[in-house]
Amino acid sequence: MAASPAKTGAQATAAPIPRPPRGVFWNDPQVRGIFYQVVALALVGTLVWWLASNTIDNLSSRHIATGFGFLGREAGFSIGEQTIAYSPADSYFRALLVGVLNTLLVAVIGIVMATVIGTVIGIARLSKNWLIAKLASVYVEVVRNIPLLLQLFFWYTIITEMLPAPRDSLNPLPGWFLSNRGLKFPIPAHEFAYDLAMVCFALGLVLAIAISHWARKRRDATGRHFPGATVSAALIVGLPVAAWLACGAPLTFNAPLLKGFNFVGGGSLTPEFMALLLGLVIYTAGFIAEIVRSGIQAVDKGQTEASLALGLTKGQTLRLIVMPQALRVIVPPMTSQYLNITKNSTLAVAIGYPDIVSVANTTLNQTGQAIEGVAIIMAVFLTISLAIAAFMNWYNSHIALVER
Amino acid sequence: MSEANMSATSSDSAPMILLEHVNKWYGHFHVLTDIDLTVARAERIVICGPSGSGKSTLIRCINRLEEHQAGRIVVDGVELTNDVRKVDAVRRDVGMVFQHFNLFPHLTVMENLTLAPIWVRKMPKAEAEAVAMKYLERVHIPEQAGKYPGQLSGGQQQRVAIARALCINPKIMLFDEPTSALDPEMVKEVLDVMLKLAEESNVTMICVTHEMGFARSVADRIIFMDNGQIVEQNVPEEFFNHPQHERTKLFLSQILAH
Amino acid sequence: MSDAALPAAMPKPATNPLTWMREHLFGNPFHVLLTVLVVWFLAMSLPALLDWALLHAVFHAKDVRECQAIDTGACWAFVGEKHRLILFGLYPYDEQWRPLLVVILLVALVGVSCIRAFWNRWLVPLWLVGMAAVGVLMWGGVFGLSYVENARWGGLPLTMILAFTGMAVGFPLGVLLALGRRSELPAIRAISIVYIELIRGVPAVSLLFMASVMLPLLLPEGMNIDKLLRAQIALILYASAYLAEVVRGGLQSLPKGQYEAADALGLTYWQKQRLIILPQALSISIPSLVNTLITVFKDTSLVVIIGLYDLMNAAKAAIVDPAWRGSAIESYVFIAAIYFVFCFFMSKYSQSIERRLDKEQHPS
Repeated sequence: MAASPAKTGAQATAAPIPRPPRGVFWNDPQVRGIFYQVVALALVGTLVWWLASNTIDNLSSRHIATGFGFLGREAGFSIGEQTIAYSPADSYFRALLVGVLNTLLVAVIGIVMATVIGTVIGIARLSKNWLIAKLASVYVEVVRNIPLLLQLFFWYTIITEMLPAPRDSLNPLPGWFLSNRGLKFPIPAHEFAYDLAMVCFALGLVLAIAISHWARKRRDATGRHFPGATVSAALIVGLPVAAWLACGAPLTFNAPLLKGFNFVGGGSLTPEFMALLLGLVIYTAGFIAEIVRSGIQAVDKGQTEASLALGLTKGQTLRLIVMPQALRVIVPPMTSQYLNITKNSTLAVAIGYPDIVSVANTTLNQTGQAIEGVAIIMAVFLTISLAIAAFMNWYNSHIALVER
Repeated sequence: MSEANMSATSSDSAPMILLEHVNKWYGHFHVLTDIDLTVARAERIVICGPSGSGKSTLIRCINRLEEHQAGRIVVDGVELTNDVRKVDAVRRDVGMVFQHFNLFPHLTVMENLTLAPIWVRKMPKAEAEAVAMKYLERVHIPEQAGKYPGQLSGGQQQRVAIARALCINPKIMLFDEPTSALDPEMVKEVLDVMLKLAEESNVTMICVTHEMGFARSVADRIIFMDNGQIVEQNVPEEFFNHPQHERTKLFLSQILAH
Repeated sequence: MSDAALPAAMPKPATNPLTWMREHLFGNPFHVLLTVLVVWFLAMSLPALLDWALLHAVFHAKDVRECQAIDTGACWAFVGEKHRLILFGLYPYDEQWRPLLVVILLVALVGVSCIRAFWNRWLVPLWLVGMAAVGVLMWGGVFGLSYVENARWGGLPLTMILAFTGMAVGFPLGVLLALGRRSELPAIRAISIVYIELIRGVPAVSLLFMASVMLPLLLPEGMNIDKLLRAQIALILYASAYLAEVVRGGLQSLPKGQYEAADALGLTYWQKQRLIILPQALSISIPSLVNTLITVFKDTSLVVIIGLYDLMNAAKAAIVDPAWRGSAIESYVFIAAIYFVFCFFMSKYSQSIERRLDKEQHPS
């Protein structure tokens, strides 16, 4: 910065600086670079143009109109399960929306469950207990080396063929029925006590956040520590329970009842949903376990030693030193596993769970709008991929270790 | 650190560290054989010996990063057993400096230094930071407080590590080959800090090192280890000029040759 | 060190089972609890599994009814009856020695490629000759072999052909894409990034759908390609995008000094890549390459969705037979074992290579 005035001064007075001599233009790396790029773009452009013109010819000879106008038309097919109201009289757009929501539903639940189970198994692989460690590694090896689709078919067969008919349902818990029609379970009936408990749960969460802030401030100011985690957990669990007890502890459930050949009432999970979720969770947990294991192993032993040598307890060492460093290694591959769960949920189409791909497929078969159908599927997944990639970039820039 | 402290120390004749018949095995390998060692308060000890002789294992037993399997280790009146609370009590009074620094890469220099004061000594943050700043000034790098360890040179990192260990106000400092992972031009800055620490405080120091110049000027006693045993110990003058054992002579000739 | 110097006898490292168990199973109350739980779980599940799979299984029967009449366990007689359908699909029965030979040939090729001594320039022509032989055996029509159209191919050889061709053709494409993504020329970089991210961003299933639905639209009228080729194209595109990222990982891990040294020697871009950069980058990424092969091998099972008779679909086809109704689990377990053996050995191999590379790079 200090040198800049001197530099401008020198430029002002000195004679024009001679440029370095240049060779023949086709040996100039810059010219060559441009040439290569033009050739590459021309090749790709020709390919795209050729494919596009073929498509236009094919479409016109088959009298298929292009465009997304069909989205407003009546779909006319029913969908096995839905999270929002849908009937065959609704539009294709709404049918596709139901598909997207079904995909997201199974993906989100799958991600939560696979993370919990995978983490437990990953830690189990590092256990000093020989039996636990061996069992965990057998799990990982078996699950990772068999195609997911085969596992899905396997679970689907178990559920639909090995489980009894509804009238002979397995009854693992009172009110819970497991049969070849899926899982039926009681759901709490609508009652004031339950609403109040939900409100108290939310209140508990808010209080817990407030307490952890306060505890941290007080620790910084006075050095006194507060068992924030314990108190928070007690609030989050205790408040709703207290509210429920205060209302006289009502226990009204909307329980499933066997009527004829099937159940009515209560909540239910279809065999398709169960098989898909089971397959996705069991398969992905194997991969997550490996990620967690290698993340923990990636933290240098010296880190633990240094922390212990400073007098921190094992728990503090794990929380303050090991976990933050392991997470840096774990989070990036973990997000790509989350993306994988979302993408793999499209295998739903093989066992008949109505996810976005199978709904789009039905749409595409009914309307003949192949290009639009494929474009919709791609748009949905690229949106999800981009969202996850954006999160990853944010996380990486936030957390990257500063190096020299 | 002051005269009052000094006089209190000298009046107290109980040893700071006591090792009796300490033995340790790795599998079938006998790393420590029958170690007897008494370290007085404020004594400065340098341990040297060929690699694999058990010197690092020995000092790592003193704050129980390694468990001994036979014998007794008593640190400032507390015997190390598998009682977690005794181990914690000892570790609160023992600072350690590692060969590879082992700074926490996800924390700034300041956070590295205040970690133990806040979580172990339960100090308010501002006070912990003041203490940390005092020690950073002592190791001549107060301006690096906001940086991450990865941004510092090896010598600077090791000085931070020394400051970090001092922040818990230890009675004993253990140095495990603090200069052997450093580039040659950085060795001196670290040794200077250690020298000054020895001059200005009355902390008990045990230092595993091959820096014989440092040993000569700081050590009250030099211990030579080989094959998991203490072969010879003496005051520096005698140790360097009249080594008793063949193995010591051989070791000294190798290490002082260049 | 005389024996007299030794203090009280040292607990020697666990050599007897009791000390071993104390150390590895009952270290503290928590581990005691865990061990008890696991033993209980195993005691509940293993005997039942053993009963089903072996003790009460039926190995010879003429249909599923007879199976059920004989015993309550697995009906392995189903596998005995249908294994040729599952392994070779609808390939003409009398000619099935040909796909068998193909499987043996491909396994041998993979085996040879795993041995380090054979990692040289003969490997590529060896694979080319091998794949040509695979084509001759499968199609026939020459050397007195009867012609078998590829609509009748199926089972394990089809799975292997799809996976290996996908990898083999996808690999050079992947290397080009990886170099493209690291190129200094913005247009080339953009094309590579768009291709890689587009393919990796969408599910493999939708790629296969796309291939089966869109390819007929994308090609000029009259130019028809069959289902097998469409699936193969989808798998090649899929494999190439993933391989590109693996190779890019290898390229990135090379120190900058290697590039500078190559430039300093006056090598051209392609010489630099071919002689200096790629050999190192590829050998670093061998473990990840093998892992991609495992992924592609498993993902060939997705061709079920567009109706090809690979191992997975052949297993599903075999259970349609009314005489063997309800044998789905046996069928799935049989092919699961096949997939497992392939993938398990490849993953063990990849781990051993990884350890060896680690040792070569950080000898300690």
